[in-house]
Amino acid sequence: MGNYMGESIKRREDPRFIQGKGKYVANLHIPNMAHVAILRSPYAHARIRSINTDAAKALDGVIAVYTGQELIDGGVGKLPCGWNVPDIKVPDRWPLMVDRVRHVGDSVVAVVAESPYIAYDALELIEVDYEPLPVVIDARKTTEPGVPLVHDEIPDNISYAWALGNKDETEQAFASAEHVVELELINQRLIPNAMEPRAAVAQWDAYTEEMTLWTTSQNPHPIRLLLSAFTLGIPEQKLRVISPDVGGGFGSKIFHYPEEVIVPWIAREINRPVKWVCSRSESYLTDSHGRDHVTVARLALKKDGTFTGLHVQTWSNQGAYLSTFAPLIPTALYITLLSGLYKIPAIWGEMWGTLTNTVPVDAYRGAGRPEASYLVERLVDIAAQELGMDPVELRRKNFIPADEFPYQTPVAFLYDSGDYHRLFDKALGMFGYDALRESQKAAREQGRLVGIGVAGCIEASGPAPSQVAGALGAAVGFWESAVIRVHPTGKATVLTGSHSHGQGHETTFAQVVADQLGMDINDVEIVHGDTGRVPFGMGTYGSRSGCVGGSALVRAAEKVRAKAIKIAAHQMEAAEEDIVYDRTTGKLHVKGSPAHAKGFAEIAFAAYTAHNLPAGLEPGLEESAFYDPANFTFPNSCHISQVEIDRETGEVHIQHYTAVDDVGNVINPLVVEGQILGGIVQGIGQALTEAAVYDEAGQLLSGSMMDYAVPKAMLFPMFDVDRTVTPSPHNPLGVKGAGEMGTIAATVAIANAVMDALAPLGIRHLEMPLTASKLWHAIQGASGGNGMQATNETPLGGRDEPGDPANWPERQILSD
Amino acid sequence: MYPAKFDYYQATSVDEVLSLLQQHGEDAKILAGGHSLIPMMKLRLASPAVLVDIGQVADLRGFSTVADGSLRIGAMTTYHEIADANTGLDALTEVCSIMGDLQVRNRGTIGGNLSHNDPAADLPAVALALDAQLEIRGPSGERLAPMEEFIVGLMETALAPGDLVVAVRFPPSGPASGSAYEKFENPASGYAICGVAAWVRRDGTGRIESCRVALTGAADYAQRLRPVEEAMMGQQAGSEGIDAAAAKAGEGLQFLSDIHADDVYRAHLTHVLTRRVLQKAIERAQ
Ligand SMILES: Cc1cc2nc3c(=O)[nH]c(=O)nc-3n(C[C@H](O)[C@H](O)[C@H](O)COP(=O)(O)OP(=O)(O)OC[C@H]3O[C@@H](n4cnc5c(N)ncnc54)[C@H](O)[C@@H]3O)c2cc1C
Repeated sequence: MGNYMGESIKRREDPRFIQGKGKYVANLHIPNMAHVAILRSPYAHARIRSINTDAAKALDGVIAVYTGQELIDGGVGKLPCGWNVPDIKVPDRWPLMVDRVRHVGDSVVAVVAESPYIAYDALELIEVDYEPLPVVIDARKTTEPGVPLVHDEIPDNISYAWALGNKDETEQAFASAEHVVELELINQRLIPNAMEPRAAVAQWDAYTEEMTLWTTSQNPHPIRLLLSAFTLGIPEQKLRVISPDVGGGFGSKIFHYPEEVIVPWIAREINRPVKWVCSRSESYLTDSHGRDHVTVARLALKKDGTFTGLHVQTWSNQGAYLSTFAPLIPTALYITLLSGLYKIPAIWGEMWGTLTNTVPVDAYRGAGRPEASYLVERLVDIAAQELGMDPVELRRKNFIPADEFPYQTPVAFLYDSGDYHRLFDKALGMFGYDALRESQKAAREQGRLVGIGVAGCIEASGPAPSQVAGALGAAVGFWESAVIRVHPTGKATVLTGSHSHGQGHETTFAQVVADQLGMDINDVEIVHGDTGRVPFGMGTYGSRSGCVGGSALVRAAEKVRAKAIKIAAHQMEAAEEDIVYDRTTGKLHVKGSPAHAKGFAEIAFAAYTAHNLPAGLEPGLEESAFYDPANFTFPNSCHISQVEIDRETGEVHIQHYTAVDDVGNVINPLVVEGQILGGIVQGIGQALTEAAVYDEAGQLLSGSMMDYAVPKAMLFPMFDVDRTVTPSPHNPLGVKGAGEMGTIAATVAIANAVMDALAPLGIRHLEMPLTASKLWHAIQGASGGNGMQATNETPLGGRDEPGDPANWPERQILSD
Repeated sequence: MYPAKFDYYQATSVDEVLSLLQQHGEDAKILAGGHSLIPMMKLRLASPAVLVDIGQVADLRGFSTVADGSLRIGAMTTYHEIADANTGLDALTEVCSIMGDLQVRNRGTIGGNLSHNDPAADLPAVALALDAQLEIRGPSGERLAPMEEFIVGLMETALAPGDLVVAVRFPPSGPASGSAYEKFENPASGYAICGVAAWVRRDGTGRIESCRVALTGAADYAQRLRPVEEAMMGQQAGSEGIDAAAAKAGEGLQFLSDIHADDVYRAHLTHVLTRRVLQKAIERAQ
């Protein structure tokens, strides 16, 4: 009973997942169900001259074939953008494109057939006459003269521009700087690769005119809202969206995708249940990608290493259209994080959101914050090198001191709490930093390429105070809902607007509620992901479930306790103030006489019999809460790694890895550790192996697991993981986000280690992924080489060719 | 995801396989472990009208010794079974223990891998270095094809329509001999960006008196590295001559370039892996 906070309870959902008993959308079978397949553009940019579907329609087993125009005629609307920064130009995006396609994989025709086999056969019978158009792929080149426009109505391919900070002070800081570090870097495009591909099933009830859509979403309510208000037009009260077990998302399942419109539209059209399941190849071409920044940055310092100013200019590749939350990522989740763990008195961050003939880009685990951390922590490392300081010493010199929280950065955020020195003390101690630096010296003398990489990272998690979000461009609020429905027997069904797709809410949320009410955890059932059962909720992303969803549960539990106390006080003939609600036992008693206690179940039963309730008190024991957070929370971390590069092959071997994260109070250490470890390996994937590679014609060369290198277990050492705890003052649980910290810190912890290993060769910076062949080429180049020259361009393997910022257009300086 | 329509036959004897292949001609494909063919069908890169499943043909599985002392491995024998068997051929055990993952090793077959002849597959290099011969049965009867003749070009083999690889024969390694396989994996697919297999035999003084070295992954198809083999003759273990011999690995070769590695890097890896694999093979040749 009770006392579940901080307990490493094994995840209650895992037996079902491990035994293959999860209930995923693709597992759904409804009698008479038809199957949809989508014809996708093989061109990165083309005009559609004509579409001939006759042969496909004639194929036995094909029920119908639909083009984009037919969907529009049938009332389907454009996919909206849910984050609108000032002066944004939102390009038109239809569920099926009508006269032009803008990336390989853009959807063109939908087929519905008796079986998926027939549907895919029919795709091969559709003739589309494409007129290929010139393409633009690279964010840096979008505004060059002669570059094609992705959308004719959006000049220079710039969808929006955004800036934040104190520009004048920043200019002054650079004018009076004693040292300036300059760096151009790329944060390469990544592909999410959730284990479960997207899927949708829709069922239309022609009698009640109710639609049910099962979809692999991280946030079914916002999807219902968008479907209702923008894309499908079925009123919210007639539309039920269910996201059952979802096998990972990493952000990619937040967004409203074309198939979520096409599938229910067809189900209503043919009055049959309809199913669509994305293939892995299609996932690569249609799930929103992540990252893809090109940045030029300058850090101003005093000779002693004190940071005085930071100026950042970033070109963010948005792809061919604006995915649902695309403009949020490189603005309010990126520029706002440029202060890192440091006191930087002047920061001026500018960014341009550019359109290209590539898959749309949106939030991917970390979303903006890894890009900020990577940039800041690379700059700091290079600064340390240039000033001849130890990278840890330089960081410590600039930390926000523990006694200065809450700390207001120049880029909008008010950091809640932290003790960065303590964080580093712990991590450096666990890692054995000083000793390993000594042995690194010895290794270097033998000519070995050993490097140590330090990363100190900040995250803003738990979005967000709705008012602030609204001011920054959000079209929605960012509170969360919770209902605790205590049954007459004293058991509880808990409805949460958060969504679990790997996070373990069925366990951790049950811990919170059982702890709040002094219940047995087995008496608490968590329900999520169904708009038909759960009140409107915002879903899960941005590491918000614990801080926002969990806090909503606490608020609802407080109301349950308050009502239970009222009933107990009435029945025990005592004043409410004299009732003690013992959360460790779930019993209520009058102060001083614990022997005469009433159990929580007794109170619940009394609430429902309603035979003896205080005057005016409603029967029942069910409470709800909508919790709007007072602020983001600011988890922080220190990750340190040691790598050795095989001089002969360029391979990176990770030898040591230590991670200390401050995610505030911890509900379930096991679950948090799982999140951190998963995050770390995902972050290392970006550093060493992963990249979306397009060729000049806009074909995705890394379009399958044969060419896109999701990291494998063999790459990793044992990770040494621990925590420091500074509770967040902003929420009743004192928790901070834990889902993304690993990803945010690991990328740069490894990148810094690799660059440290190469430093003796005079190599200052290389772009990720730091593949063996890239490192080998760099080593050859640095040490005079062996006379051999690469004859072919190899995106993952060859040398970096930094783009020339001189080719960029005149930067308009934006007002703050 | 969804292959085109096909007919499926499950054969239970070699004769039945051959007659089904005869009957359906060019439309038919043999299905062994399916770990190359089925992905291609799902991506609709291959759409055979007929599949002849050879998985239930008992005669195509397992190990035996033929008259000349060669080890005969049935074409349907899986990597896992080979890695588990005591074949005495180190390079073969090694390669069968590292290809793909556990599932792949439980399904993939020696006959399927060699017949498929993927330029990045591992087994062809080992089969070349171990001087394997393929037992083939087809419309023109039965024949033995040395591995080097069997590989014709990029994904091309000496198999004619209607042919079935029945078994693969490996001559005994012999005394004072050793073999090894070294691979540099593609971080995505796990296939070889470069793989080198070597077999060596030492004379009474410990010098190399016979040697075969073969490369996969780095060029259009797996092939022997003859300049290395020649330069290895008479070399002593640990001598600098081994690196000099390995340096000849790229002679006359056109290396592949793709997004993971360019030709220069592949050429360099070929040199490095050749040296490493030779050292390992020599150490084993005690
Ligand atoms: C995830 C994954 C990872 C892999 N990693 C590796 C790796 O690291 N290294 C590697 O080498 N391979 C790898 N493979 C490929 C794997 O080894 C395949 O199993 C092998 O290439 C083909 O063997 P199979 O028995 O599966 O043949 P199938 O796929 O059934 O057939 C392949 C081809 O050979 C023909 N064929 C099959 N058997 C015969 C026969 N007896 N006679 C004539 N023709 C025949 C078929 O008709 C077909 O054209 C991987 C595969 C997967 C799915």
